[in-house]
Amino acid sequence: MREWAGYSLDEDGGRARLVLSGPLLVSSIGALDRELRVFVGKVDEIDMSQAGAIDTVGAWTVLRFSREQGAKITGAGEQARRLLKAVEEAESTADIEPPRARLVRRVPEEVGEEVVGWAIGIRQMLGFTGEVIIGSLGVLRHPSRLRVKAIVRQLDLVGVSALGIIGLMSFLIGIVIAQQGAAQLEQFGAEIYTINLTGRLSMRELGVLMTAIMVAGRSGSAFAAQIGTMKLTEEIDAMRTIGVSPVEALMIPRIVAAVFMMPLLGFYSSMIAIVGGATIADLTLGIPFMTFLKRIQEVVPLYDVWVGLIKAPVFGLIVALTGCYQGMQVKGNSEEVGLRTTMAVVQAIFMVIVLDAFFAVFFSEVGWG
Amino acid sequence: MTKEQIEQAVAAEAIDGVAERFEGDYPIVIKGLKNSFGSQIVHQDLELKVRRGEILGVVGGSGSGKSVLMRAIIGLQIPDAGTIEVFGKNTIGAEAGEEAAVRSRWGVLFQGGALFSTLTIGENVEVALKQFYPELDPELMHEIARYKVVLSGLPADTASKYPSELSGGMRKRAGLARALALDPELLFLDEPTAGLDPISAARFDELILELADTLDLTVFLITHDLDTLYAICDRVAVLADGKVIAVGTIPELLESDHPWIQEYFNGPRGRAARASKSRAESMDKRDKAGA
Repeated sequence: MREWAGYSLDEDGGRARLVLSGPLLVSSIGALDRELRVFVGKVDEIDMSQAGAIDTVGAWTVLRFSREQGAKITGAGEQARRLLKAVEEAESTADIEPPRARLVRRVPEEVGEEVVGWAIGIRQMLGFTGEVIIGSLGVLRHPSRLRVKAIVRQLDLVGVSALGIIGLMSFLIGIVIAQQGAAQLEQFGAEIYTINLTGRLSMRELGVLMTAIMVAGRSGSAFAAQIGTMKLTEEIDAMRTIGVSPVEALMIPRIVAAVFMMPLLGFYSSMIAIVGGATIADLTLGIPFMTFLKRIQEVVPLYDVWVGLIKAPVFGLIVALTGCYQGMQVKGNSEEVGLRTTMAVVQAIFMVIVLDAFFAVFFSEVGWG
Repeated sequence: MTKEQIEQAVAAEAIDGVAERFEGDYPIVIKGLKNSFGSQIVHQDLELKVRRGEILGVVGGSGSGKSVLMRAIIGLQIPDAGTIEVFGKNTIGAEAGEEAAVRSRWGVLFQGGALFSTLTIGENVEVALKQFYPELDPELMHEIARYKVVLSGLPADTASKYPSELSGGMRKRAGLARALALDPELLFLDEPTAGLDPISAARFDELILELADTLDLTVFLITHDLDTLYAICDRVAVLADGKVIAVGTIPELLESDHPWIQEYFNGPRGRAARASKSRAESMDKRDKAGA
């Protein structure tokens, strides 16, 4: 059981005396402090002679109350006097929380900051893109500066190690398209068109789109977090001082890897989705596996494959650029790394989907519908 | 609220197991400590007793396990063998409830400050208060945070700043303010003056000495700084070969014939630090004689 500090009041010839008792320590002051805060009345003298051990928190409480009441402190031991003096010298009225403006000011202020932030963001994004383009041109002119080792490593990370998860995802998506499509088409006896649906949808849209989302989640986030952490630990600054361009050493390998791997992964994903659709068609619709695959050749026009393959590298570029860009924007503390990583993924997926819509309109206009 | 209501509320909010002040002679007693990482043995049969109220400097070459020793004492590194008693309680394998009794009475200043980067300095100080003394009035916590910041030698308005807005020296002081948040009896400092300029380092030394004196602290101080050793340490423990090879005042250590100690204190830097110390003392004497 903890021993709490307390007090008693003493009337002594018209002078009110507050006698403190118990240890005046941070561990025992809780009740006394709260009582003194709501204390009603007048005290002329604070007697500390009955009190036990004291620390700065105890000394502070006594000091504050004595000042509030204009009371004299008596009976303080040597240690208590020393602490009273120390906390008196250290007193301040500064804020603990960062200064906050009032709501009427804060709302327009934040709106304004957001707008200006957008403008600055667009400029920075353009600046960053320019930096990457200039860096790439430099590498094109001096191919020996291309970091082959780093590119191979990124190819492995972005592409090869994603094969498992993308394969599984695509297989399941193929199953869902075929199964749901069949359920609807069956109503007017057109189950056979399940093959067209699965083949064209996965080739044109879903294979590439889902792969881009997966790559954004796996690699875009990794780019932002890696580069962001390197910025925090001043690795990027160290690179610059040695004369190594971070664009060449960090961005280009990642961007090249993503641009190169996206078409391969997207095509792979479409293939697996078709296999998934064929599997479920074999099991539930009575369409033999090999027939399904043969029909795919007949019903999927070649330009569907091209649509997917043209979109894929663009999506890869967007994912890699946003990842690297957000990573480079990290400054200050570790919380920022998480924030920027999230932003990289969200922005990349958003832009990929917006662009996909544009592509859909574009390709149908040029007659690849 | 009446007095009874306040007392009930406080008793309900307070956590269990926060202990009284330590009255024994040795707040830290280490016996037969063994620490190792894989096959690399850092400590073997290490013995050390820290006296109450002293500033104990811990020195040793790089990699001699000074920081590991500190981490073992504060429970961040689980030793292979041996016992570590802090405030008379064995900290190894202590129960969760008992831990609060020890943890609420020490403060630790990590090498890099280790401030919580998403909190202001004032809020950093309040973290430990909220953890161990939830019964305290929020206003009192703010007041404590304010004066602890100033007590650590920082300008008052630092309380509302974030760690990233501070310089390295100020961050150390802010770390010290957080270490002092609970009015600890025992203070661990891991290379407090490393990376500071000589003027700031000397001021930091003075600050520690002054605080240790005023607040009645026992200080466990890891340092490479010979000036710090001469200026503020009551005793020095030398770590080498996985053991504490000597503990004593600097004059006592100078008489030791261990080669590492000889090289440490009688190397060029050691001699320079000693010379500046004796110069300062003779100047003090002259000033006093003059007065």
